[in-house]
Amino acid sequence: MSPEHWTRPSRPDEQTRNGTASGPAATSAVPTREQVIAGLRATSEGGADLVQLLTPEGQRVSHPDFDIEVTDEQLRGMYRDMVLVRRADREGNALQRQGQLGIWVPLLGQEAAQIGAGRAMRPQDMAFPSYREHGVAWCRGVDPTELLGIFRGTDHGSWDPNTTGMGLYTIVIGNQCLNAAGYAMGQRFEGRVGNTGGDSADNEATMTFFGDGATSQGDVHEGMVWAAVYDAPVVFFCQNNQWAISEPTERQTRVPLYERARGYGFPGIRVDGNDVLASLAVTRWALDECRHGNGPVLIEAFTYRMDAHTTSDDASRYRLDDDLEAWKLKDPIERLRVHLVREQIADQEFLDSVDAEADELAQRFRDFCVNMPEPPPERMFSEVYAEESPVVAAQRQDYLQYLDGFADSAAGGVH
Amino acid sequence: MAAPTMENPTSTSTPSQTLTIAKALNTAMRSAMERDPKVLVMGEDVGKLGGVFRVTDGLQKDFGEQRVLDTPLAESGIIGTAIGLAIRGFRPVCEIQFDGFIFPGFDQIVSQLAKMHFRSQGKVKVPVVIRVPFGGGIGAVEHHSESPESLFAHVGGLKVVSCSNPADAYWMLQQAIECDDPVLFFEPKRRYWEKAELDPTIEPAPLFTSKVQRTGSAVTLATYGPMVRTCLDAAKAAEEEGRDLEIVDLRSLSPLDLDPVFDSVRRTGRLVVVSESPPESSVTSEVATRVQQECFYSLEAPVLRVNGFDTPYPPSKLEDGFLPDLDRVLEAVDRSLAY
Ligand SMILES: Cc1ncc(C[n+]2csc(CCOP(=O)(O)OP(=O)(O)O)c2C)c(N)n1
Ligand SMILES: [Mg+2]
Repeated sequence: MSPEHWTRPSRPDEQTRNGTASGPAATSAVPTREQVIAGLRATSEGGADLVQLLTPEGQRVSHPDFDIEVTDEQLRGMYRDMVLVRRADREGNALQRQGQLGIWVPLLGQEAAQIGAGRAMRPQDMAFPSYREHGVAWCRGVDPTELLGIFRGTDHGSWDPNTTGMGLYTIVIGNQCLNAAGYAMGQRFEGRVGNTGGDSADNEATMTFFGDGATSQGDVHEGMVWAAVYDAPVVFFCQNNQWAISEPTERQTRVPLYERARGYGFPGIRVDGNDVLASLAVTRWALDECRHGNGPVLIEAFTYRMDAHTTSDDASRYRLDDDLEAWKLKDPIERLRVHLVREQIADQEFLDSVDAEADELAQRFRDFCVNMPEPPPERMFSEVYAEESPVVAAQRQDYLQYLDGFADSAAGGVH
Repeated sequence: MAAPTMENPTSTSTPSQTLTIAKALNTAMRSAMERDPKVLVMGEDVGKLGGVFRVTDGLQKDFGEQRVLDTPLAESGIIGTAIGLAIRGFRPVCEIQFDGFIFPGFDQIVSQLAKMHFRSQGKVKVPVVIRVPFGGGIGAVEHHSESPESLFAHVGGLKVVSCSNPADAYWMLQQAIECDDPVLFFEPKRRYWEKAELDPTIEPAPLFTSKVQRTGSAVTLATYGPMVRTCLDAAKAAEEEGRDLEIVDLRSLSPLDLDPVFDSVRRTGRLVVVSESPPESSVTSEVATRVQQECFYSLEAPVLRVNGFDTPYPPSKLEDGFLPDLDRVLEAVDRSLAY
């Protein structure tokens, strides 16, 4: 059985018609692990099922369903986006190494997927991220410095989801997919979907971000069921970076993830997640489908986690460098840079100016981080409820009084 | 040669050694797996990586992928399939990566795991162990520092234990695996790397018992898990001020074994219960209630508690305020003595 066969297991009656089987299939009908892996990676080098508009060599190619018109300025803009978020990301890693952050979650390698998806969104849309979505946050207008509190331990997320259209980072795997489905149901219930004519510009959509590992969670499955049943305008944007900490994708699935959409009754598309143009094109189409009332849509952005899972992780314990080397050749920023230069869309001066801007951002990011104020102890008790709880209020008072006791005894010591 | 058993542990372990709680847990699983081919280890990243805390380090290499399972990423799946495996005769040891990630599995734990034996009128046993690294103090992001043990102690049909030192980690985990009931096994993650002597020839206490960790006469402290170390440190500081604290390590949170606490309180007349968990409707509430029922005439002061707060766990820069520490324990001791 060919590996490709396993990306589309046939029905028993098809097998019978082909004369290959009658009665129960032989045990060889179960794929070996190697066949599963080959099937999951069948598009690694491109192929019909992978939407790609910019090859790893920076060659612009066309696609019958997902071509896109972008201006030179937009191309330069996305290059700048990717360089800046990568620079902030690397600075985050460095700050953790220097003890300024408790942990950092790198996005390295996933810039194109996130910038492509993020730039496809409109201000009125809503994003429900997981925890690695620094590029999406950037596109939603959340300044990178606003991410720092989570990783320095001063807050659980400092931006306002209502004004930015960017939900808070979600660490419990998969939770946000159901929340996104519900939010999208609300968009539909409020008549913000499928309007035509003058109102169509106000149509809305929701997008939720999650990983390959997350696809095993019940919440993700349920999110897709709900979205389908309520025709909710939500794009399920799965960044398949090939790893869930130490577990490769074949620990989660037999078939490529985008193919699961068929089972829920909506389209699923695999896009080259290291190609910012393709990511933009596919996501723009998917969001438009949702806004027109044709949601939901699943997008699998095929990419690679180039760094460890987090700064606490040691990836050398479970994966080989060979894969990493192969994926380096598909770097999302490099391929766009080559394209911009070759097509004379950007000159050296532009590239240098982006680098200079990245240096400034890194400096600002670092300065902000090291100067962040410690949160006051009463913050623990603040905003636990919308309507204050007498229990928490009493605990707050007791605790502050307890702290005052120390201040008094310290003062006492001076006498 | 007779198969090694827990009663005959020296055949699988080297004599007395110094090891961490993490290593003790690892050794315990290894011993249990060597003794009983039905013992499985399953969870996220427990195989090749050896778990994010390395507690299952080396087990997959030595026992293979059919006994140490890197599962798909879903806690409901881990626990639900462990239940099925247990019905089939296996003894799964599930690892939940962090306390805050047990909740996708809560339904399976409460609806099936806890009730199976009762519903089947004892015909179906589900000897599943769920290991949960719990508690704060490691400077982590959200959902990595919680103390959800009381939620499980509240459920009939589940047993809930927590170890506080390497020797208990070693013995209690093996006992939990041998137990025919489901056991939630809470591990004090911030103490994983604390070392102590383990003499495997010393007979362990039964699993569902508490233990006096330090004798004293002034005030009784009842605690468990990561707070045992905090209370021992507090006792040392109190000793320098001439106060002798007695410490009972509860170890078993459900069923509670409170006789040693009652005995102690009858001597000291004073009790402070210490835990990281939020106080409302918690294990500490239960201990306080039962002690005032059983020891009312011996009490010289109301039972006091030192807990976290009834709030979500705070960002890590604030966790030192949330977590009971030596000062907060001693302040409660002072208040108890002042009555
Ligand atoms: C419910 C839950 N279980 C376990 C974890 C621990 N954990 C954090 S990230 C992760 C792997 C996630 O993999 P994937 O969904 O592929 O996302 P990626 O990290 O690769 O972006 C795990 C198991 C968690 N955060 N939440
Ligand atoms: Mg992943």
